Amino acid sequence: MGAMVEIKNLSKRFGPITAVDDISFAVQRGEVLGFLGPNGAGKSTTMKMITGFLAPDSGSVRVGGDDLELSPMAVKQRIGYLPEGAPLYADMTPYAFLDFCAEIRGFRGDEKRRHLDDVVAKVHIEQVLSQPIATLSKGFKRRVGLAQAILHDPEVLILDEPTDGLDPNQKHEVRTLIRTMATEKAIILSTHILEEVDAVCTRAVIIAHGRLVCDGTPAELEARSRLHNAVTLLVRSGAINGAQQQLRALAGVDSVELLEEHDGVARFQIYPKDGHSIVSSVGEAAREGGWRIEELRVERGRLDEVFRAVTTGSTSREV
Amino acid sequence: MGHTWTILKRELASYFTTPIAYVFIVIYLFLSGIFAFYLGNFFGRGQADLNSFFTFHPWLYLFIIPALSMRLWAEERRSGTIELLLTLPITMWQAVAGKFLAAWAFMAIALALTFPMWWTVNYLGEPDNGVIVASYIGSLLMGGAFLAIGACISSLTRNQVIAFIVTAAACLLFVLSGHPLVLDFFKGWAPAFLLQAISSFGFLSHFDSITKGIIDLRDLVYFASFIAFWLFANVVVIEMKKAD
Repeated sequence: MGAMVEIKNLSKRFGPITAVDDISFAVQRGEVLGFLGPNGAGKSTTMKMITGFLAPDSGSVRVGGDDLELSPMAVKQRIGYLPEGAPLYADMTPYAFLDFCAEIRGFRGDEKRRHLDDVVAKVHIEQVLSQPIATLSKGFKRRVGLAQAILHDPEVLILDEPTDGLDPNQKHEVRTLIRTMATEKAIILSTHILEEVDAVCTRAVIIAHGRLVCDGTPAELEARSRLHNAVTLLVRSGAINGAQQQLRALAGVDSVELLEEHDGVARFQIYPKDGHSIVSSVGEAAREGGWRIEELRVERGRLDEVFRAVTTGSTSREV
Repeated sequence: MGHTWTILKRELASYFTTPIAYVFIVIYLFLSGIFAFYLGNFFGRGQADLNSFFTFHPWLYLFIIPALSMRLWAEERRSGTIELLLTLPITMWQAVAGKFLAAWAFMAIALALTFPMWWTVNYLGEPDNGVIVASYIGSLLMGGAFLAIGACISSLTRNQVIAFIVTAAACLLFVLSGHPLVLDFFKGWAPAFLLQAISSFGFLSHFDSITKGIIDLRDLVYFASFIAFWLFANVVVIEMKKAD
């Protein structure tokens, strides 16, 4: 079976600006793809093209084997979409709104009832069902928007910044909800919150200036960081300069940075060459030198650093 | 068809969940009454008909229909729900038709609520009820034409005030297009057939002939094709301007 969502060479221009520039990727069932990128990078535009709201200038979108251009209805039927900011009909009640969505999705009678009850329980909006949406808090509005997206149990979920503007508890709830649905769906979610990628995504792509600059698992992305496999060493020592010299001389060490020093305690950051593990040789050197180690930690690499590096085109270690 | 009906229901219900419906109906009934009784001299004419009532409909619609149509698409754009609506598994035509028909149905409800006028003339005298029925149909068709223009213009902007003013101006042009005010502008240079075409584009001549009690196929075709044209333009505008 092919990929659930397959995007090929997608491009979109708005006047002189190229918003999306030749983007291709695929998402399988069971994957949660994090869509990263600075504001204005083309995340929302890409999502609008996948959901059929905007027509691409070139390229193709296939969802569940159907081409969006040839059979838009089949594609739209498969997709649940939460647009950016979760727009809703503010003068309706959540119940009336979801009822409308259910009818558009083709549910009638008992089946409609069942879907509505189901989704209302899933996103916990029982107590606000008959209040106008305009009067609801941001968290509830977002949940109504999510309810609308998952109402018909779609195979593909596309969520544009689903946790943006929510408080930490609400964010946690939304992420939990996404994780529970992750196994049987293909999910694409955009975000600029990097912790979210670690929290829910099985794969992440980074977009900058409309181009796809990075595609991999969160761990693979972290491995692109200069900090990946770097060692942070906290030593109590009289001979800090000597320690620095010795560390620098170790095989596999690229550079050593003295981060801070006070009360006779020095914090070193030791960067490896080519991201290889150097912790054992650092440990050995410490034992031989008889340093008193307060802390020894291996860094995994930081997503925000990779993010900044690939989206601004500054210092990143080439892989 | 099913989707059009679902959209129509939602749209129509949204008139009644906000004060719009009630404000609109009350003002509409009040103004149509005032026009008929004072400007139209309903009692003074001493005739059992509703001419004095229907004569003023084009002028009443000129500012009351744009108020009804201005939010149709502008509001969807402003709130971003247009993205929600158009990514649902419906066609553009279903969305456009559903919204237009909802506004038209609402207008029909308001028009139907003027039944006391009809009841009054029947109480006071013996009017030709056939003419009155024809006039109601004519008024409904003309209102539909106004609404179709308004729906299309509303889809051009996210600002309801702009939608209102531009729609009113466009409608005024069509109401007056048989009138010297507009024709004089073209008279100096335009060929005769164009003048003929422009004046036959006006609402008034078609509306007048229907309110005389003659439902001519040409008038029906005129209004039907007029509505169809503007709804088509509505679809085109949304397809082109989705991104803004």
